[in-house]
Amino acid sequence: MTTLKSTVDTAADEHLANREAMLAKLTELDAEHAKALAGGGPKYVERHRKRGKLLARERIELVLDQDSPFLELSPLAAWGTDYQVGASIVIGIGVVEGVECLISASDPTVRGGASNPWTLRKTLRANDIAIANRLPVISLVESGGADLPSQSEIFIPGGRVFRDLTRLSAAGIPTVTAVFGNATAGGAYVPGMSDYVIMVKERSKVFLGGPPLVKMATGEEAEDEALGGADMHGRQSGLADYVAVDEVDALRLIRQVVSRLNWRKHGPAPAAEYAEPLFPAEDLLGLVPTDLRIPFDPREVIARIVDGSEFDEFKPRYGDSLVTGWARLHGYPIGILANARGVLFGQESQKATQFIQLANRADTPLLFLQNTTGYMVGTQYEQSGIIKHGSMMINAVANSRVPHLTVVMGASYGAGNYGMCGRAYDPRFLFTWPNAKSAVMGPAQLAGVLSIVARQAAVAKGQPYSEENDAAMRQMVETQIEAQSLAPFLSGRLYDDGIIDPRDTRTVLGLCLSAIHGAEVKGAEGFGVFRM
Amino acid sequence: MITRLLVANRGEIARRVFRSCRALGISPVAVYSDPDADTPFVAEADHAVRLPGATPAQTYLRAEAVIEAARAAGADAVHPGYGFLSENAGFARAVLEAGLTWVGPSPESIEAMGSKVEAKKRVAAEGVPVLTELDPATVTEDDLPVLIKASAGGGGRGMRVVRVLADLPEEVAAARREAESAFGDGTVFCEPLLEGARHVEVQVLADSHGTVWALGERECSIQRRHQKIVEETPSPAVTPQIRERLFTAAVAAARSISYFGAGTVEFLLSAKGTIHFLEVNTRLQVEHPVTECVYGVDLVRWQLAIAEGAALPEQPPTPNGHAIEVRLYAEDPAHDWRPQSGTLHRFVLSDVDAEFAVPSGYGLRLDSGVVDGTVVGVHYDPMLAKVIAWGPDRASAARRLAAALASARIHGVLTNRDLLVNVLRDKAFLAGDTDTGYLDRIGLDLLAQPLVRDVRPSALAAAIALAHAGRGRLPLGWRNVASQSQRRGFLLGEERIDVDYRFDRLGALVVPEGPQLVRASADEVVLELDGLRQSFAVSRHGEVVVVDSAQGSVSLGVVPRFPDPADKVAEGATVAPMPGTVVRVSVAEGAQVSAGEELLVLEAMKMEHRVVAAASGVLAQLVVRPGQQVEAGAVLAVVEPSEGSQS
Repeated sequence: MTTLKSTVDTAADEHLANREAMLAKLTELDAEHAKALAGGGPKYVERHRKRGKLLARERIELVLDQDSPFLELSPLAAWGTDYQVGASIVIGIGVVEGVECLISASDPTVRGGASNPWTLRKTLRANDIAIANRLPVISLVESGGADLPSQSEIFIPGGRVFRDLTRLSAAGIPTVTAVFGNATAGGAYVPGMSDYVIMVKERSKVFLGGPPLVKMATGEEAEDEALGGADMHGRQSGLADYVAVDEVDALRLIRQVVSRLNWRKHGPAPAAEYAEPLFPAEDLLGLVPTDLRIPFDPREVIARIVDGSEFDEFKPRYGDSLVTGWARLHGYPIGILANARGVLFGQESQKATQFIQLANRADTPLLFLQNTTGYMVGTQYEQSGIIKHGSMMINAVANSRVPHLTVVMGASYGAGNYGMCGRAYDPRFLFTWPNAKSAVMGPAQLAGVLSIVARQAAVAKGQPYSEENDAAMRQMVETQIEAQSLAPFLSGRLYDDGIIDPRDTRTVLGLCLSAIHGAEVKGAEGFGVFRM
Repeated sequence: MITRLLVANRGEIARRVFRSCRALGISPVAVYSDPDADTPFVAEADHAVRLPGATPAQTYLRAEAVIEAARAAGADAVHPGYGFLSENAGFARAVLEAGLTWVGPSPESIEAMGSKVEAKKRVAAEGVPVLTELDPATVTEDDLPVLIKASAGGGGRGMRVVRVLADLPEEVAAARREAESAFGDGTVFCEPLLEGARHVEVQVLADSHGTVWALGERECSIQRRHQKIVEETPSPAVTPQIRERLFTAAVAAARSISYFGAGTVEFLLSAKGTIHFLEVNTRLQVEHPVTECVYGVDLVRWQLAIAEGAALPEQPPTPNGHAIEVRLYAEDPAHDWRPQSGTLHRFVLSDVDAEFAVPSGYGLRLDSGVVDGTVVGVHYDPMLAKVIAWGPDRASAARRLAAALASARIHGVLTNRDLLVNVLRDKAFLAGDTDTGYLDRIGLDLLAQPLVRDVRPSALAAAIALAHAGRGRLPLGWRNVASQSQRRGFLLGEERIDVDYRFDRLGALVVPEGPQLVRASADEVVLELDGLRQSFAVSRHGEVVVVDSAQGSVSLGVVPRFPDPADKVAEGATVAPMPGTVVRVSVAEGAQVSAGEELLVLEAMKMEHRVVAAASGVLAQLVVRPGQQVEAGAVLAVVEPSEGSQS
């Protein structure tokens, strides 16, 4: 075992400046999270409470084991869109009766909890997490169904929600749904597709068509309790397995159901004993330079997130722009790949490929710590086969079968995003630090490329090239690319599972590793053809 | 010489006698009822004999069974302790007839003093001042207030104060029932009630050779339900002149019946300084340890020696210092002294200098019948222990005793501990201003107040400790997007306390301007409040959390996060206020009842408790029948309120 040493000077001006900048970002992040927490705003929250109902997060808090942690996922979904931040649903991973579950709760204060395209994406992401990690699913439903103006973006892809539920069930992953209010039309299939259904007396209304629709369709004057009330479903249709006396009782019944699942995880248990890191997580705030072009040593991060700050580096002298090695995190063995100097060369790619193969042989999950500007470009590198080498690494990442975790600590540009297991490569979880940026290339580079291409086109056509227009164009492009590469923007589009405080990295990863071990952890048998 | 002694008693007094037996090399034998099978005194005896059954009448009051037990165990002597058969002349005689040594006065002495009415006549003839006796049948308005007493009584049983003539018949009837149940003799009489008087008694020790010692007086004025809870010697009200009169009267009373052994002559000391003979207790008293401390004697050892024929020295020892005893009861002073029962999960007094014996110097003595895990049942007196402080003066003893009680860790059943500490720290008490009306005068509003005035820090500590007890690998209650605090609900008696708290990623408390958390574990929480560090010891016993701190002890019920709808008690249901036995059902099912009307009578700890209708209506359901044993909180009856009767 090698115990990492730290050379961080927390009193240095640079460290303090970095820290200030990170804290400012965290303050901004809090403000964005506050928008999600505010739900539909004071008026609708008040109205909801007046009906004697609990808010989405209050329902979650009560269903969780007391004092247990909860990792909320994609709290900024729909950020920067026309929809409310949070996408009118709360999802996350928490412990219920000792069982880690994927919990979702519609937020009825936001347009009656109706699903918009972002709600759908967030829900589908939640289902993916549940399937991949074998997490029992608890759905706390109170939704008016689809947001009708955006139905064209929801209706057809939305069918997957029901497909996922029953596939979860077919895979032996329990699904427990409690209906707190309306679940109409499509919403009715959520209880319909669940293993266990709890309804609340005089509150739950579950029907394919509500009284107005029935009136339109058949002329019948239907009364809503008889049409879809909890009592009716408990006594007549049998759709409700349990009828709760009130909301709190419904949450009690969910816990009762979960306690009887006899749930066991398929992955190996973590080591019982382990040490906390030797260095404080607080230092993580000052590690990342405000200018992402300045690299930083990822070992300083690793020393603050792994057990006992113990890290056995693999191939330390080879391809040293990428750090690879073995460690444990909250008792779980992991392999780590971390960018040390941004750029990935041929050696780094080969080293990564070998390391990923080794991890698959050892059934060891991998953690990618991203701070990359991409694969090296230039004649020398093209001639030495950087495309083959980069492809080799991407091949290994893509075909690796051990669980991957990705944390974007800083830059994530170009194909480096792919090779370091970006969103498209299906890491089980991907989190972003507030300062992180991701795009096909840096804003200045992208603007410069566009400028060169435009200038060449003008020259080819023999047209004059306006330097003034060029400067304006470059400025505009830079601004737009910069805005679209920022963490909240990316998080809003669900390109990550959330922006986290760097100090929480170890906790978040520990919680995710525990969730991951719900499923079997098994490496790949084979990879694609490596171009050597 | 006695070689094997059967103690016909239980709890702390059995242990107390055993202790002297051990000192003398006598082998102690216990008798025990079924509920007492696993209690400390049974384990400590060399031999133990079971008395099948639970109630005193089935067990400790069965003279022939006790004598049979002595025979079976090969005992050659019997010590009766106090209560039960200790003042039963028939039992004393039967012991002697069985050829065993009786550790106590002669059956004739017991008989002479057994009837309080007869006893008064007898001592009055010797010139001892007595109170006039009144026949309940002839009591008039002018005689009020009067005190009804059981002739065979002691320990306050069958004793009732009557201030309104109309109440007299009912109170006499109740006193008779209680006396009948407790002593097997329902005879009662009345005495004028002397208000503002003190209860002062003289310890006498007499041998069979004519020597009688008066070993100081004890003041036992602080009483609840006519049972003493604080006793001390010397009395702050007794001057040398009064003391001389008391001693003279006590010795005269003892001599009048040729008394031998340990006994106590009780007097009322009026506010004017006059003394009035009440009775002679022909046995060891509960409060004997204060006398032992101040006089440096072992009264039980002398009892045994006198039973063996030993002679007392001519002169009694001289007193030294001041001793105060308190009786720690499992009861709720704030709710009519309601007896409590349950498992005593923990019983720890720190810095005890001696148990069942006089400390080698001024110090703390503990005479306890219980240990961790003892079950306090409903069949016997709910006294858990006696705690005695002996100091150079009254103030020192009071301070030591208050501190010992305040820091004691007593978990599982509610006790009168806080009340005792409040008394010991009360100005009037410290000034020696303690007549029998003391508790009423100072008032329970003040005296029954919990020591912990602000329970919130204790409740917060409880919540933190509970969180730590369930701690996993990750930070407690960690949230990446925090929306609210954790909430833990507790019940302090009937009052609900909600504690909202949250920890940050390092486990520190997130409570703006609130206490700082210094450190925490499942059993200890250290908080810093306004610059003061304070440690809270937290113990969980099932659904109860006890938090002990320098402020005092707080017992909190853990409110379940999810009330089970099945646990809801039907509206109009009447539940048992305490565990006990249904002695009488007063109304039939289906009958119309009005609010406050007696539905049934529950007996607990030999006291009758009326259970009344909370609302007017129809008695829809009578769940219990006479003779049935019920737990606290059990539904007894359901009254369906009639239309318009609900306020």
